[in-house]
Amino acid sequence: MGSAPAISPFVIFLASIFTSNMVLSNFLGMCSFISVSSEYKTATGLGKAVLLVMVFTTVINWLLYHYVMVPLGLDYLRYLLFIIVIAATVQIIEMFLDRYLTDLHMKLGIFLPLITVNCAILGISLFMIIRSYSFLQTVLFGIGSGLGWWLAIAALAAIREKMAGNELPPGLAGPAITFIITGIMALAFVGFSGIFMVM
Amino acid sequence: MKKGAVKALFIRNIWDENQVLRQILGICSLLAVTNQLTNSLVMGIGLIFAVALSSLTISALRNYIPHRVRMIAQTLIIAAWVILFDIILKAVLPDISRALGPYVGLIITNCIIMGRAEAFAQMNPPLESLLDGVFAGLGYTIVLVIIAFVRELLGFGTILGVDVNFIGFETWTIMVMPPAAFFLVGVMIWIVNNVVARKQAGGGKRG
Repeated sequence: MGSAPAISPFVIFLASIFTSNMVLSNFLGMCSFISVSSEYKTATGLGKAVLLVMVFTTVINWLLYHYVMVPLGLDYLRYLLFIIVIAATVQIIEMFLDRYLTDLHMKLGIFLPLITVNCAILGISLFMIIRSYSFLQTVLFGIGSGLGWWLAIAALAAIREKMAGNELPPGLAGPAITFIITGIMALAFVGFSGIFMVM
Repeated sequence: MKKGAVKALFIRNIWDENQVLRQILGICSLLAVTNQLTNSLVMGIGLIFAVALSSLTISALRNYIPHRVRMIAQTLIIAAWVILFDIILKAVLPDISRALGPYVGLIITNCIIMGRAEAFAQMNPPLESLLDGVFAGLGYTIVLVIIAFVRELLGFGTILGVDVNFIGFETWTIMVMPPAAFFLVGVMIWIVNNVVARKQAGGGKRG
């Protein structure tokens, strides 16, 4: 285990929301970001589900990596083990919500299976290993990244809802304009850079 | 397999159903690695490798994998091939492996592979699935290379790391930054949509 970088966990938290936002500067979780962002309500639902899964999987993956995989020299299997952990976590969260928090399950249920293949989830587990974050840094990184992803998809969905009635050139409507809006949003988030430094 | 079938498969995957531009799949890695042409080429090769061999394996095992657990079985097969590619890359091109960072591992969650597995390999024989995978990966790589070419040329004034900025223009810093990737993909989808619409309106032959 390399020594953890000397960055305050709180800075990592803020940076992962704004300056190194998962979607807008690391491009993770784009597939669902583009396809599930036409309605604000659905988008925030997915955002919440991503936040929930992200926090659980980073914590479990961090423990698994540092206490099982490193001691046993199984580093090269990390992709395989992380993806199994993610799939299992999603399944367990879904079963738990179904049993105890039926209300929330009704709202988030359909999004949970989608999340298994959301690359943001696997991505942040890989980032925390590559950047050798400590446990506390990892927890805040997970929460911050989830919030950042939620913020980005909610903002995009709100913009798309507002401009739903606008007339566009036929080729531009749909995904093309969504990418261009995202580009402008990313440009706005670039404005935060320099406030916090990570990496 | 007939010769015409191969050609039809090729055209469908490269143009009609191009995974990136028509299906909007596999966008994450596409945007992240395209600021340098070298990285994009390696990423493209990695994806072709992973999607072709995963399709082959999934297709060969399609009658043995129970339907209920097929998603997780497919994911594990994909992960195994990606790990292999990652190990090879680390050994052969360690610098590029470092530059690509987590994005090699993220080939696992690249929707293109899962998409081909579900849409094609699931119900077609192994050889066809292998070809389908190669062509789908090629369609992705072509888009990757075009975008990387523009971004590297305008952003750094270089191509494949070689300085080609003879006239000494000011490099566009924005091209290296994330927003430009979004703009370029958006514009490219726009152009392709228009070309497709024009072809259909003109009634000309497609492809």
